[in-house]
Amino acid sequence: MTAASASPRVPTEAGKERSMSLQKQMIAGHYTALSHAPQEGRKVVYTFVPGNLTELVRSFNLLPMLPEINALQSGMRKLSGDYIAEAEKHGHSEDVCTYVKCDIGMLKKGNIGPTGEKLPPPDLLLLSYTGCFTFMKWFELLRQEYDCPVAMLHVPYQSEGCILPHHVDYIVQQLRTEVIPKLEQVSGLRYDEDRLREMLRLSAQAEDDLVWVLESAKHVPSPIDAYFGGVYYIGPMFTAFRGTAEGVAYYRTLHEEVEERLRSGLGPLTPEGSQEKERYRLVMEGPPNWTSFREFWKMFYDEGAVVVASSYTKVGGLYDGGFRHDPARPLETLAEYCMGCYTNLGLPTRVELLERYIREYRADGFMINSIKSCNSFSVGQLLMLRQLEQRTGVPGGFIESDLVDPRYFSAANIKNRIESYLQMLEQKRAGANP
Amino acid sequence: MSPELVNLIKGAQELNDDFDLTAVRTWKEAETGRKAIGYMPIYVPRELIHAAGMLPVGIMGAGERLEIIRGDAYFQSYICHIPRSTIELALTRRLDVLDGMLFPSICDVIRNLSGMWTMLFPERYVRYVDLPQNFDPEVGGVYWRRELETLRADLCRLAGRPIEDEALRQSIAVYNENRSTIRELYSARSRQPWVYPTSEVYLLLRAGNLLPPEDHTMLLREYLRLAPLETERRDRDQSRIVLVGTFCEQPPLGLLLTLERAGCWIVDDDLLLGLRWTMGDISCAGDPLQALVEAFLTKSAETAARYLPEGEHGRALVESVRRNRAEGVIFCAPSFCDPALLEQPMLISRLDREGIPHTQFKYSEDTGQFAVIREQAGTFSDSIRLWSQA
Ligand code: SF4
Ligand code: SF4
Repeated sequence: MTAASASPRVPTEAGKERSMSLQKQMIAGHYTALSHAPQEGRKVVYTFVPGNLTELVRSFNLLPMLPEINALQSGMRKLSGDYIAEAEKHGHSEDVCTYVKCDIGMLKKGNIGPTGEKLPPPDLLLLSYTGCFTFMKWFELLRQEYDCPVAMLHVPYQSEGCILPHHVDYIVQQLRTEVIPKLEQVSGLRYDEDRLREMLRLSAQAEDDLVWVLESAKHVPSPIDAYFGGVYYIGPMFTAFRGTAEGVAYYRTLHEEVEERLRSGLGPLTPEGSQEKERYRLVMEGPPNWTSFREFWKMFYDEGAVVVASSYTKVGGLYDGGFRHDPARPLETLAEYCMGCYTNLGLPTRVELLERYIREYRADGFMINSIKSCNSFSVGQLLMLRQLEQRTGVPGGFIESDLVDPRYFSAANIKNRIESYLQMLEQKRAGANP
Repeated sequence: MSPELVNLIKGAQELNDDFDLTAVRTWKEAETGRKAIGYMPIYVPRELIHAAGMLPVGIMGAGERLEIIRGDAYFQSYICHIPRSTIELALTRRLDVLDGMLFPSICDVIRNLSGMWTMLFPERYVRYVDLPQNFDPEVGGVYWRRELETLRADLCRLAGRPIEDEALRQSIAVYNENRSTIRELYSARSRQPWVYPTSEVYLLLRAGNLLPPEDHTMLLREYLRLAPLETERRDRDQSRIVLVGTFCEQPPLGLLLTLERAGCWIVDDDLLLGLRWTMGDISCAGDPLQALVEAFLTKSAETAARYLPEGEHGRALVESVRRNRAEGVIFCAPSFCDPALLEQPMLISRLDREGIPHTQFKYSEDTGQFAVIREQAGTFSDSIRLWSQA
């Protein structure tokens, strides 16, 4: 699972899309830098979104690349079906995570990235083993393909609902003995803590703005969609731009734009323009589907459903829980960041978080999009559904799809379920206000 | 078969078939204050539980005989079977006899199941055992020691008594003995698989989930004594294969029987891997907690659920093939099992390079039809025998 970093091809009102074009430029620039890395002598580190160490990687002048993002981009560009078929042809099981297969399939077909240029091979695989077992196997598979070093960072799971001091020590020790030496080796540079601190300071600035944007959805009606729109908002933060001036500028701009929307009483920006009516406020659990993303989103906005909070936008960090990267404790803060990503939280903590969202964002309902690929997210969701209904009295909806495997997106079925669920909410409302 | 052997196997079968865990209840009732701690695949430090005077109980799903009524309502169709049968056992109160439950970090299914357990049974002791994936003694070792200290303190609280170092050393010795007997059984089977058919070996091994380790060792020794006395057990012209992928959700016994009847002698496998996770003895001298740490870092079995820091995947598998003079490998993984199925292509490419034949299929613990598997395994066995004669 991961965040979107594609620029949405969304028609918007004039003057309201500065953050979008900014993001588009940033992403395109990053992919260009990646494609040209071998010629320009720059080194590339592949890594994962949850628990990513972007600041640390960039402090060594290395370029991060996120295979999850490539997979979701391939999904959005309708390429993933072929890539998955290719991986299955090479012996990968139909049962396993489709992100992995999409990535392997892309590699087998020449590693052409989303911008149409060939992506460089990794100089290092930085395995941030955070919140997902599949990550480990994914990079073991890539290690076989590329024969390059792997730095493994094992991030303990927050099963007890809190970060334990010896878990932080464990991660810091791994950073010192495993990750940093390999980054030094690949980059030829020494670890520069001052530089890292400066980047972490920039991260925290951008994080403040991101949180402001996400929390603007507490306003009724909400100026943003915190799931379908939210995946764009988290793009730079969750990928390559934390700790950069560009990242700071992007989030400042986004903040200003959303503030402006609030002032003007505008609803969320959707592919069809501003959403006018907010009929239902929903909380979403689970990643979206990428192969039919627009169609999926449309099923919601056609009905006037706005997602006001989502767990997916927390997979790369739970900033609205109060966490900020802290330049005063550079390695410890990275450790705490890794431990705090959403899928690294125990199930009871996930339920508490969603419960809080339902209350604080005054949601009428919540919906779970259960992803076939993703045991990390999906196992336990049916119990979460019940627990949340019991605790909040708010009814939940349940749909099933996949991230990038088009075979598992049954549009008619999903649309039907969403419609019946919203009708049920409507009836409940009518019952409550006779 | 001698009546003694028949009884031995029947006893093991009954033990494994008893979803009510009567053996555990009986053990607990024999002395007041006795407690039992359940654990899921693959590895937990059973020595610590044992040293606290408690019984470690392996919960490996419920096979094909338990009707799943409530468990399916907790898991989507694309999740493997073991969590649903385990939840079914718990919701039907069959696991009430357990005073706590440990969930080792084998995959995200078991991981999330630990959280489900916490929510469903808030009054019970539940612990997620997050095994280290860093094998540096100063890093992963230090972390793992802290985790073990916490587990030790928890178990002491549950048991209502301390775990003395000496008691822990003794428990380590008990488990060393158990593991070495299992190794002996495995090598005996490898030498003469017709004397020790896997369908029997498996039942006896699996009894180790429920019996105190001392009793389990005795059971295995008895089997090792009795099986060779069966003079009618003769070598048949069958192919020798290694079975891979069965470390967590267990295949139904019928599947193992089917493989043997289809012409395959299983000469090595990863069934019930937790029982023999530590390869070799754990030191009984010095600081026993440190001995557990060191053994985990340096003597753990190579399996899909563990990170392999260096070297190539499949090295241990190829070694097993060579050591056991196997002629082929059968990949036999539970449906939807991420660890096993993601590992498979890596192992296969290694086998291909070594020219070792292989085939693959999936199962679920409640698979009841084996016709297709029988056909496939039979064809595979025939082909490798032809190939080796060529
Ligand atoms: S299993 Fe889930 S979290 Fe892991 S890589 Fe796949 S989609 Fe992402
Ligand atoms: S069978 Fe596989 S996927 Fe299922 S719980 Fe066991 S290791 Fe995890």
